[in-house]
Amino acid sequence: MLEIKGLTKKFGSKTVINDFSMTVADNEIMAIVGPSGAGKTTLLRCITGLERVNAGAFYWNGKQFDPVNPDKNDTIIGVVFQDYQLFPNLTVMGNITLAPTLVKKLGADEVEKTATALLERLGLGGKENLYPYQLSGGQKQRVAIVRALAMNPKILCYDEPTSALDPALRDEVAQIILDLKKQKMTQIVVTHDMDFAKNVADEIQQVEQIQ
Amino acid sequence: MIQYIMQILPALLAGTKMTLSIFFWTLICSIPLGAILALGLVSNFKPLVWVLNVYDWLMRGTPLLLQLIFVFYGLPVIGIIFQRYDAAMVAFILNYTAYFAEIFRGGFQSVPRGQFESARVLRLTYGQTIRKIVIPQVFKIVLPSIGNEVINLVKDSSLVYVIGLGDLLRAGNVATARDVSLVPLVLVGIIYLALTAVCTIVLKMIEKRSNVWR
Repeated sequence: MLEIKGLTKKFGSKTVINDFSMTVADNEIMAIVGPSGAGKTTLLRCITGLERVNAGAFYWNGKQFDPVNPDKNDTIIGVVFQDYQLFPNLTVMGNITLAPTLVKKLGADEVEKTATALLERLGLGGKENLYPYQLSGGQKQRVAIVRALAMNPKILCYDEPTSALDPALRDEVAQIILDLKKQKMTQIVVTHDMDFAKNVADEIQQVEQIQ
Repeated sequence: MIQYIMQILPALLAGTKMTLSIFFWTLICSIPLGAILALGLVSNFKPLVWVLNVYDWLMRGTPLLLQLIFVFYGLPVIGIIFQRYDAAMVAFILNYTAYFAEIFRGGFQSVPRGQFESARVLRLTYGQTIRKIVIPQVFKIVLPSIGNEVINLVKDSSLVYVIGLGDLLRAGNVATARDVSLVPLVLVGIIYLALTAVCTIVLKMIEKRSNVWR
C-alpha cells in the first residue's frame, strides 16, 4: 500500500499542490484526473522523485521512503513517460536490460531471459534488436512499459498514456493496464481522459487547480 | 621532371610526417579535453562556467597564429620556455580544445532533458547516464561539426611554419625558394588534398556506422 501524506509542492511562490493526501491500495489501479494545469503531472513527478516536495511524506507498506533518494536495491516506483523517452541509441533489448544490469547488477543472461518473457507477454516478440525509431508509437509505449517492469517496481506510474495514441491503441493500452493488474501490479495513471480513467481505474482521484 | 620530384619528395614526406604528428596529437588530446570542458560548460557551477567561457573567448577570439607566436616567442620573456614542437602542441591543443568544447556543449544541450529523467527514474547514476546514454547521442550529433574541425586542423597545422618547425608547407617553400620552381608548391597542395580526402572518407565511414540508429 502506498500512502502520501500532506504533500505540498511550490514553484517559487506559486503553490501547485497543497496538503495533498492519497492512499493507493495493493493491486489497485488509481487514476489521477483533472484539468490541464491542475498539477497532475507535477504530482506524478513528486511521486517518481523527479521533483522535490516542499512538505509531505511517502510511505510504502507503512515504511517511509524518499522518492528522490531511493533505496538502491528496492525499486518502489516505475514510470512510463508521456513521450516514452526510450534511449534512441540502444536497441529494444538494450533499453530494457540497461538498468537491471547496471543498477541491480543482475547477470546479463538472467536479465535477458526476463526481458524476452516480458516482451513476449506484451506482444513484442521478435522486436528485441530493433531501434526505437523503427517502432510505432504504441510499440514504443509497450517497450517503455517493459523497461519499467524489468526493474521489478511495486507501483507502475503512467503519465498521460493515451495522449499520443489513436482510439484503437487507447483500448489496447487499457487492456495492458488491466492485464498487469491481474498479475498483481499496483498502478497509478495520470490522465485528462475521463472515459479512459473510468475504463481502467478502481478508484479515481480528482485534482483541482489551486486558486 | 620525374627525377626532380623524386629528388624533393623525401623532404616533403619528412614535412608530412611533422604535419601528421601535430594533427594526430592535437586530435588525441583536444577531443577528450573538449568533451570534459563541455561538461563544465553545461554544469550549474557558475564560477566554473564563467572561467571556461573566458577561456573559450580568448582561444576562439584571437588568431591561432598569434597564440603560436605568443607561446614560442612571447612566454620565454617571462621565463617559460618551450621547445619548438612542444610550443606548437601547447598552442594547438589549447586552441582546438576550445573549439571542440563549444561543439560538445551544443551536443550536450541538444540531448532532451527527458532522457536524463528517464535514466534517473531507472536509477542510473550521473556517470552511467553520461556514458551509456548521453555520450553516444552527443557523438552522433557533433560528428559533422567535428569533421569540419578535423579538416581545418590538417590545414591549420601549416601555421607551425612561423615558429620554424619543418612541416609540409615549410619543406615545399624551402624547395621552391632554392630551385625557383612551382613544382614543390603544387606537390604540397596535392599532399594536403590527399590528407583531407582521407579524413573526409574516414569521417563518412564513421558517420555511416553511426546511422544504425536515429
